[in-house]
Amino acid sequence: MLNNILKRLGIFCLVLTVSTSLVFFMLHSLPGENAEVMAKYIFLGNVELNPSNEEVQLVKEKFDLDRSLLSQYYSWATNAFHGDLGRSYKTNAHVLEEILIRLPATITLALIAVLMSLLIGMPLGILAAVKQNSTTDYLCSATAVLGISMPNFWLALLLIMVFSLALKLTPTIGYGGPSHLILPVVTLGTATTAVVMRLTRSSTLEVMRQDYIRTARGKGLDHRDIMITHSLKNALIPIITMVGLEFGHLLGGAVIIETIFAWPGIGRLLIDSISARDIPVIQGTVLFITLMYMLLNFTIDILYPIFDPRIGGS
Amino acid sequence: MTLLSIEHLNSHFMTVDGIVRAVDDVSLEIGENETLGLVGESGCGKTVLALSLLRLLSENTKTDGRVIYKGRDLLKLNEKELRGVRGKEIAHIFQNPLSSLNPVLTVGFQISEPFLRHQGLKKSIANSRAVQMLGLVRIPSAPDRAKEYPHEFSGGMRQRAMIAMGLACSPSLIIADEPTRGLDVTIQAQIVELMKDLIKNSGASMLLITHDLSLAAQLCDKVAVMYSGEIVEYADIKEFFKGPAHPYARSFLESVPSRGMKPIRGISPSLINPPPGCRFHPRCDCSMDICKSVHPPLTEVKDGQHARCLLYA
Repeated sequence: MLNNILKRLGIFCLVLTVSTSLVFFMLHSLPGENAEVMAKYIFLGNVELNPSNEEVQLVKEKFDLDRSLLSQYYSWATNAFHGDLGRSYKTNAHVLEEILIRLPATITLALIAVLMSLLIGMPLGILAAVKQNSTTDYLCSATAVLGISMPNFWLALLLIMVFSLALKLTPTIGYGGPSHLILPVVTLGTATTAVVMRLTRSSTLEVMRQDYIRTARGKGLDHRDIMITHSLKNALIPIITMVGLEFGHLLGGAVIIETIFAWPGIGRLLIDSISARDIPVIQGTVLFITLMYMLLNFTIDILYPIFDPRIGGS
Repeated sequence: MTLLSIEHLNSHFMTVDGIVRAVDDVSLEIGENETLGLVGESGCGKTVLALSLLRLLSENTKTDGRVIYKGRDLLKLNEKELRGVRGKEIAHIFQNPLSSLNPVLTVGFQISEPFLRHQGLKKSIANSRAVQMLGLVRIPSAPDRAKEYPHEFSGGMRQRAMIAMGLACSPSLIIADEPTRGLDVTIQAQIVELMKDLIKNSGASMLLITHDLSLAAQLCDKVAVMYSGEIVEYADIKEFFKGPAHPYARSFLESVPSRGMKPIRGISPSLINPPPGCRFHPRCDCSMDICKSVHPPLTEVKDGQHARCLLYA
């Protein structure tokens, strides 16, 4: 067990190093010098104008951008290891604070979207499987294909047009009470709901073909008992894996949705800092997204044996 | 007295390649306190026949004929009535316990289910009955074992658990499908002893499906030999072992290791397009010209022995 945890910690560190260094070096290979872009934001506040050479030089000196990339990354990494993610180039605020302020907004959004996908997707998937090849099944499958196929930025705009502008039922954008959650959650959760539904359907169908379901029928159990006791727990196993991945995806990938709905989460923080080349904020955000992804995977791995006693029994 | 009588039972699968006649016009009877062995090579339709009785086959199967159990035709019961028979009156011990036990439920719970379903017992009581059943099939430290999952059991123990599950509600008829398959010889012998005892003590009848004639010899009162979806011989076990009447049954007996292990030439016929006339004629040493065209009926050879062969017609 201890061995396992140590191995996992090692992998944690490796993944964090690789992902943050990749992002760091990619940032420096972007077209346009970083110092120049930053100088535009800092001195001119306008992206159209060009900063003077002195201003660019000043930025370089202030943020140590003249040093080699490796030594820049090394000093960032050692500081990060000690819990200091640095200060934003743009606002001079502590990066850690910036992220922690925005994290709850992102987590709320992702969590509710995942809950929605489970609460809607799983019952519909089971329904489609039980009524395989019926109209209900085809209707569910068609809806799911639609849900997966719609690009979420398009769905977001469509929902805003219909529910905020035309029907005036929900706020358009912004962060506030529960009503502000509706549109972003629906946008974000639609694709996941569809994926959960399709997977629940196929995994339930797969389970229904197994010998142990015949055994259950042979014992005289009714359809409901077979579905709930014998089928669901087996069908859940692939669903858990998928939901874990989707959840991670939602945490880090809500960038577009957060931008459209002006949702103050870390996705939007990331976008804003990329356009300003605010390297400490970008690095910090990537670090957090990676960390959350890994924690999630870890949680899923711990949850597995509860649903499938064949895994990690000892 | 007859407990179960199967009359002109057909089970056909509709497949893309054609109709698979897995069970073709089978009539059999099982008396009270009687054990009938259904023997035959793999793929001859034994398991399908067994699954047809409680209608446990998939939906692309067409089953007709009559299965009269205590005066009721099981094929005509509705789902709810049938559920009352399954596991309570007639229990099915499925082959391959590893895949037939649910991997994510404890063995104890799976054995307690018939009690919960048919006797309406409370969970705790059903659970202790399940532990009793595990003890009955001689699983050591049953209370602890009941909390384990099927993958933690050995092959022999899983088979015992299947038997315990089947016997839970003291059924009048037990359908045991290859109960010793895949077990090593010593475990096989234990399972046979166990089943002998349990059958004797419970007074239940049994339909034993096997390709192992020595198992049939130890447990059965009567034996039916199945070939290509049909019953080709039906006899008292003693008469059968004195001398089978049907050439296939004879060859089948001679293919047993202890009797010379003589192989039967040719391959098993297709169940979609069985040979015309007698289905065994392409592989039969006694084949006559007439066998190619005339399908033989099941005729009485002597008292207590029937064979589907033109030699006796």
